[in-house]
Amino acid sequence: MRSLADMGIRFYLILVLVFLYLPILVMALFAFNKSQLYGLPFEFDLVWFKALAENDRLLKAGLNSVLIALANTVIATSLGTMAAVAFGRYTFRGKTMMQALLFPPIAIPWLVIGTAMLVFFFWIGRAMGYPGIARGLHAILLGHVALSLPYVIFVVGARLNDYPKALEEAAATLGATPWQVFRRVSVPILAPGVVAAALFAFAVSFDQFVISYFLAPPGVTTLPVEIYTSIRKGFTPEINAISTIIILVSMGLMLIVARFYRFGGERSGNE
Amino acid sequence: MSEVAVKGAVKHYGTVAALDGVDLTFADGEFFGLLGPSGSGKTTLLRAIAGFIELDRGEIRIDGTDISRIPVHERNIGMVFQNYALFPHMNVAENIAFGLDVRGVAQAEIKQRVGESLDLVRLSGLEQRRPRQLSGGQQQRVALARALVTRPQVLLLDEPLSALDKHLRQEMQVELRRIQRQIGITTIFVTHDQEEALTLSDRVAIFNKGQVVQAGSPRAVYERPVDRFAAGFLGEANFLEGRVSGIAGGVARVALGTGGEVLTPAADLQAGDAVLIALRPEKISIDPAPADAAAMPNRILGKVVAAIFSGSSLTYRIAVGDRIIIVFEQNKSRAPLPEQSAVILEWPTADNVVVQP
Repeated sequence: MRSLADMGIRFYLILVLVFLYLPILVMALFAFNKSQLYGLPFEFDLVWFKALAENDRLLKAGLNSVLIALANTVIATSLGTMAAVAFGRYTFRGKTMMQALLFPPIAIPWLVIGTAMLVFFFWIGRAMGYPGIARGLHAILLGHVALSLPYVIFVVGARLNDYPKALEEAAATLGATPWQVFRRVSVPILAPGVVAAALFAFAVSFDQFVISYFLAPPGVTTLPVEIYTSIRKGFTPEINAISTIIILVSMGLMLIVARFYRFGGERSGNE
Repeated sequence: MSEVAVKGAVKHYGTVAALDGVDLTFADGEFFGLLGPSGSGKTTLLRAIAGFIELDRGEIRIDGTDISRIPVHERNIGMVFQNYALFPHMNVAENIAFGLDVRGVAQAEIKQRVGESLDLVRLSGLEQRRPRQLSGGQQQRVALARALVTRPQVLLLDEPLSALDKHLRQEMQVELRRIQRQIGITTIFVTHDQEEALTLSDRVAIFNKGQVVQAGSPRAVYERPVDRFAAGFLGEANFLEGRVSGIAGGVARVALGTGGEVLTPAADLQAGDAVLIALRPEKISIDPAPADAAAMPNRILGKVVAAIFSGSSLTYRIAVGDRIIIVFEQNKSRAPLPEQSAVILEWPTADNVVVQP
């Protein structure tokens, strides 16, 4: 009886994984297929990766995406970590309400947030007399930071909550100055959470389409936006090639996140 | 080794007084237990001595020096936390060395003192283990070694044994007492476990609502509680209400409200005074009542409502009129008295302690 249930569960899990990964696998396979029209039989060729290397539009969009994602990672992780420490270690007026207000942006559709941001930036630009500043990489970056901040705060906050404040207090009673407490106790304890949060921030920004699409000025695109445009225009397996690269990078990042997360869980189990 | 003196300590959180005028002096080398229900102020006082809390009013002196304005890391204290608060990213040796390291002690001396500390808590050989690889008792010892290695003037213990199971807790109580005696450090510990407080302490203070209700040796506080709260919080007590009907030869005769009479040392009682008497359940002897049994002062008749067997002892609930008297009896050879049987309860005059309501 038990082994039957066991097999059922195993089968179900395999089904889930197939459901998740089969389309990705098919997509990746066609990146290596010679036919431009996704024709079969499969014939291995790197022709689409070569074409990609010469496609300036895609590469430029890719570079934009990477730059924005990196800048977003640095800014959102720094701000988010500070906010998480403030939420986790200090009491101040309005704390509960501010914490509660972190949730809704995650649930609000990106389309709505994107529209709101576009209107907002446009309004600011007009108020300042420079309508042109409503769109651009800076606006995209600000949008991404706003979007990824709650994720960073949650991830770092979860890590922080696993460790009692008593650790820092203990260090102080042992004679450590506030700086020594921070450097020798807080930072090492928070590090895995901060790394995981940074990877999240990178992924959120790199995958972001709607906000980038709304806030990008004519002629400037990010990778997801460029891919979308290409698909509408009729596309070649170049898209498969660049998607394969993105997927490998994203999955790599997420696997690292998973690793840090388990790492955190192991430790907290003992607290 | 140092004396700690707290004078007029007041701390409010909003409208709640966590400390409401506390005066306590912890003598040099003394093991002092702070006891009380949660929210009574005992932890607030400990954290104020540690420096995590600033008092609204009052002062804390160590050997005469006011430390109220000195930051935590410049106070020379050692503290053991409830869940030990060992640094998870450091091994045992690094945890213990931390306090010396941040003070810039030379590596050779650190190594030697860490070794000595590990010997003191009997953990030699576990230097390279991570905290999560240790049992609860071992973590407790590391926390103690870490707190003591810097040779603090005062050792503060915040519910140090509450995370351990009963058996280990008793073992660690003995261990804690041994180590404390060996180095003779003034030790202040917070606990809500009254048995632990009685076992470990040279003196205890009972807290309630931000104030010290009573302070003294465990025996004095147990045998002579000052009020209903102290009597009920430390151990169990039966409370008898009555009025002094007469005084003769230093003994007051008290007529109980529920009928019956007891005698109690008169002290400064006067005839007509309303009194509340605390009577410990183990002071009462219990026997089957013969058919012609009659009540006398300090001797009342009752009926067994329940006899609860707990191994080494029995707890009887005895109905006397419309109230219940609790009686503890050692489990000697006699079989437990059956429920509903008539019994005689008797106890000496000296065990009737007049307390404040």
